[in-house]
Amino acid sequence: MIELLDSVELEEIRDDFPLLAQRVHGKPLIYFDNAATSQKPRAVIEAMNDYYHRYNANVHRGIHALAERATREYELARAKVARFLNAETPDTIIFTRGTTESINLVAQTWGRANLKPGDEILLTWMEHHSNLVPWYQLAASTGALIRRIPLLPDGTLDLSQPFSERTKLVAVTHASNVLGTINPVRQIADAAHRIGAVVLVDGAQAAPHLAVDVPSLGCDFYALSGHKMLGPTGSGVLYGKRALLAAMPPFLGGGEMIREVRADGFTCNELPYKFEAGTPAIAEAIGLGVAVDYLAQVGLQKIRQHEQELTAYTLARMAEFPEIVVYGPADASARSGLVAFTMGDIHPHDMATFLDADGIAIRAGHHCAQPLHKHLGLTATSRASFYLYNTRSEVDAFIEALRKTKNFFGACPTSRQLGVFGTTPVTGAQP
Amino acid sequence: MLEELYQEIILDHYRRPRNKGKISPSDLQAHDTNPLCGDEIEVTIRLAAGKIAEIKFDGHGCSISQSSASIMTQKLAGKPLEEARAFIEEFLGMMRGAIPFGGRELGDLKALEGVMKFPVRVKCATLSWHTAQKALANATESKS
Repeated sequence: MIELLDSVELEEIRDDFPLLAQRVHGKPLIYFDNAATSQKPRAVIEAMNDYYHRYNANVHRGIHALAERATREYELARAKVARFLNAETPDTIIFTRGTTESINLVAQTWGRANLKPGDEILLTWMEHHSNLVPWYQLAASTGALIRRIPLLPDGTLDLSQPFSERTKLVAVTHASNVLGTINPVRQIADAAHRIGAVVLVDGAQAAPHLAVDVPSLGCDFYALSGHKMLGPTGSGVLYGKRALLAAMPPFLGGGEMIREVRADGFTCNELPYKFEAGTPAIAEAIGLGVAVDYLAQVGLQKIRQHEQELTAYTLARMAEFPEIVVYGPADASARSGLVAFTMGDIHPHDMATFLDADGIAIRAGHHCAQPLHKHLGLTATSRASFYLYNTRSEVDAFIEALRKTKNFFGACPTSRQLGVFGTTPVTGAQP
Repeated sequence: MLEELYQEIILDHYRRPRNKGKISPSDLQAHDTNPLCGDEIEVTIRLAAGKIAEIKFDGHGCSISQSSASIMTQKLAGKPLEEARAFIEEFLGMMRGAIPFGGRELGDLKALEGVMKFPVRVKCATLSWHTAQKALANATESKS
């Protein structure tokens, strides 16, 4: 039996986030842009302050008390993240600036060392630009080819066809930042491993919201961003299977990543330092450690259940508007806590400006997933994305703001008259 | 605050865009996108006697980008090329805040001043102007 967040707990959680208690344009802030970045609890902000106030020093170098404490806290954060992902050992956790850097690291090291002309990189239509561009770059430099797993009309992946034998790498998002689709990573990993391919999972939209257990997902690499999961910007993680990481060439060169530098060469440091050149983002890593503590304390199952309830409620309320089209799976249990939609011909920018006037922050645009939008025959969508501190009454206020926007623009004719820029939507589902 | 952005003139041009479509064949043409939202716009121009005889815009976008494009076509039609280029420069300068918003030639364009209070929307208002600027840059002296 999964427990739900009760109203008292929800109030306590909200109290932990100082930013939430403010008014925007005279209205209470409703923050529905969590897929872009989450807000930070006081504990995270204070932990970072504490580092700068009391023990700021470089890590792994100084022989003095402050350096020892900074190193201890930094490595403790790594251990916390390892536990959070149920990773084998802390040395399989590499701190990066975020998902983008994590994916680039794999593309530039494992990718360059392992891909040959004619090899295939298998992607999907629902990838964020950060899980596309590094592979486009890798394909251009190695002669490898880009392939995609087809998208079904319900917003899920078509896994009915076996992967091509030439596939060397499958890079897939755990949860789509537009469709919300939660992908069957285990099934994909098993299929990939049967043909000897390696699997990288973009966990930016999943790690903040779902319990992630990398051994049971079966993936080889898992990338995430700290700032989307209550942590600071500039904090991120790459998890990799130990044997793969150990065999990979280093990424950036510099201090910390070396064991020895000679007049004519160098030898690499051990894992994970081999991939952490230069002074790392120490305060950020410590902040991320506290963020995963916070998430674990509330409980990922509870957070997931809460977001699923909010999503189901939002989809049900949106069904009051015949002109709203929601993209992605119709069932809240098959999607993460976000809803991308269009309302008739009202442009998402106009929608976002209208909602902002009521203190409601949403995202409008292509959400860094232009190929997906083009594939769906769209240029832009509006997106509301939830987190543990959002409430049903916020959804009610959001729905009323949608109604106001609709009434204002109601009489506008179609603004999307050019067929050349798009094709028929394949994933439009009335909620 | 919203009223400053969504003025009646803007909504009127959004609901009934002027000079929407494509001139074919055209003498000048340019295409541009707003990377923020992926909106696309195309401007086509027919020249006669060194002047813009006809100008149209096509594409899709928000109320601000569509109305700004619609007003722009009205403002540029009939202008000699050099004058049109200077007018675009001046309008873009105003939207950047580099020169004060005003002048007797503005007319309906005055309605776009409110956009400056919404910095993220300024690009919506200037997209079609940048596109027209690109189209006019393609003009060769023989054509003009």
